[in-house]
Amino acid sequence: MTGGGGDFASGGGGRDPEEVNRLIELHTGITPDVPLHIAYYQYMRDLLLYQDFGISIYYGEPVFDILFRAMPWSIFVSVYGLLLGFAVTIILGAVMAFKEGGRFDKVMTVVIIVLDSIPYYVAAIVMLATLAFGLGWFPHGGRAYSDSVPGFNAYFMQGVLHHGTLPILSGMVVGFGSGALAMRANSIRVMGSDYLRVAELRGLKDSRISIRYIGRNAVLPLYTGFMIGLSSIFSSGVIMERIFTYPGIGWYTFDALMRQDYPLLMGAFIFFTVITVACILIADLTYGFIDPRASVENKESY
Amino acid sequence: MATSDPNDNQADDIDVFNIVADSDPLTRKERLFRWIDLNIFTPYRIIRSDWRASFGIAMIIFLVFVGTVVIRFIPYPRVGDYPRYAPPFQSLAYPLGTDNGGRGILAQLVHATPDMLIIAFSGAVVAMSIGVVIGTVAGYKGGYWDEVLMGISDVVICIPGLPLIIVIVAIYPPTSPWLVGFILAIDNWPGLARALRSQVLTIREESYIEAGRAMGRNSGEILWDDVMPQLMPYITIRSAGAARGVIFQSVGLYFIGVLPQGGLNWGVMMNDAYNIGSAVSNPGLSGHWLYAPMFVLLLMSMGLILLSQGLDRIFNPRLRARHEKKASEKDEIEADL
Repeated sequence: MTGGGGDFASGGGGRDPEEVNRLIELHTGITPDVPLHIAYYQYMRDLLLYQDFGISIYYGEPVFDILFRAMPWSIFVSVYGLLLGFAVTIILGAVMAFKEGGRFDKVMTVVIIVLDSIPYYVAAIVMLATLAFGLGWFPHGGRAYSDSVPGFNAYFMQGVLHHGTLPILSGMVVGFGSGALAMRANSIRVMGSDYLRVAELRGLKDSRISIRYIGRNAVLPLYTGFMIGLSSIFSSGVIMERIFTYPGIGWYTFDALMRQDYPLLMGAFIFFTVITVACILIADLTYGFIDPRASVENKESY
Repeated sequence: MATSDPNDNQADDIDVFNIVADSDPLTRKERLFRWIDLNIFTPYRIIRSDWRASFGIAMIIFLVFVGTVVIRFIPYPRVGDYPRYAPPFQSLAYPLGTDNGGRGILAQLVHATPDMLIIAFSGAVVAMSIGVVIGTVAGYKGGYWDEVLMGISDVVICIPGLPLIIVIVAIYPPTSPWLVGFILAIDNWPGLARALRSQVLTIREESYIEAGRAMGRNSGEILWDDVMPQLMPYITIRSAGAARGVIFQSVGLYFIGVLPQGGLNWGVMMNDAYNIGSAVSNPGLSGHWLYAPMFVLLLMSMGLILLSQGLDRIFNPRLRARHEKKASEKDEIEADL
């Protein structure tokens, strides 16, 4: 028994409890004998004060380093996908509302219902099978060309884009879908309101009316959906990143789960939560800019 | 009148009642007919007049039919029944081909259906129950209750759902499909609770709710008798959506191999095709094994989406009134999605 990180991974029964406890302490910074709430306090204290998430059992590296390196990739892919999906949703919905009842509207409604029925992982697998394996247009794993040097050089960035395209596209599918129908409906409802007639009578430019008057008011109800979408898109990263073998946080989460690498799993979980909370916080703080009415009014309590 | 005694007054009242009662009360038969017309024929007409609703409902009925009746006529697929990796459309015994063990794909799809329906059903029921209780109470009570309950659902929204479920499922692997739906509902209720709360916020200002409060009825009674009926259509519509969300996630989790792999399941089939059959890199060999369950999943989710749109048409009183006047305006339905 030489002790040390590697041994723990090979695991197995018949181990000296003392030894196991020592390894737990080494990997997670928690003393195993103390009650649960004190262990929790110890874990959170290490985490907040020293950014000490413990040491990964499988990789033998500090969990924070592994996840911190993976985080930008996950954010890049997920947020890009969501924003792209949201933008397409808004534009499509607005155009459908503009051409209400026309052929474009009818065809797109059917297309959107079909797209909405496709789970993102199915979209991911189909894209992987056709675009990556079938046609060979995109690589089927990794984050950048293996022979590129990370940094501000064209080759590396091209590789990042090339590898990120499919995950971003499949993320778009998550943020896409019924949003366009909701946007269409909102736009139609806003189009019928009186202040738009007033705006027309005032002789305002069409672009101003469509963006400031219709667009802004129609987007508002979608905003809550966008915030919920933020949390779901990071969640879906676990399945998506596994399909594309894209080593972001989702991929490490799944990897840790399969290898029973609990320090890494706990760390990944906290990372996910922090990113999601940060995104929702940003969205919440910016909500006031989009909708000045969004102030919290105190309601009478029954 | 002022001098008359109370008895006289009462007699007048009785007269008034008599006059009202003069119009013939509906017989039981008439009432039955009205009820049938309102609750069966009108929805049926609405569904008939809209292909989306009829398609969605037909799809779901078909899946239930497959899961309950057709399943009795198709033998349970066993390893070695037929040749391995048979491509689709070769033989009537295995119309959709076979997998690596020679089990018919179609038989697997059919025998997986009941579990999928149970997962969708239990997930939708649990998610809706939690969402309804939290959403209505928060919206109606307001103030302190609102803040606490919405605080809880905000926390749950912030917890990344899928990783949480993956961890729960990895520690306590659920074998029963009922339990799978139950666990997946954890991630699905906060959105519903928020949506319901905003609905209740407008309902609570209505005069009849105010009247109920003035009469001293307690909050539970008001919520159950006055608020809930208003919300029922919305709840029914959203449950179809919740069922779809649960199905998406469960198949996804079976697909990446987190949920127990033993039984027959569309997600398990996809996982096996992906890993054992390497269907993605070699679609010629086992592509059918991967794409057949995907296609069925797609049909089910499309059915649920269209069903929820169809339910919207049936329940929405404004649309319903409009439907009787003019059927062509039905396109504005999305206004209330």
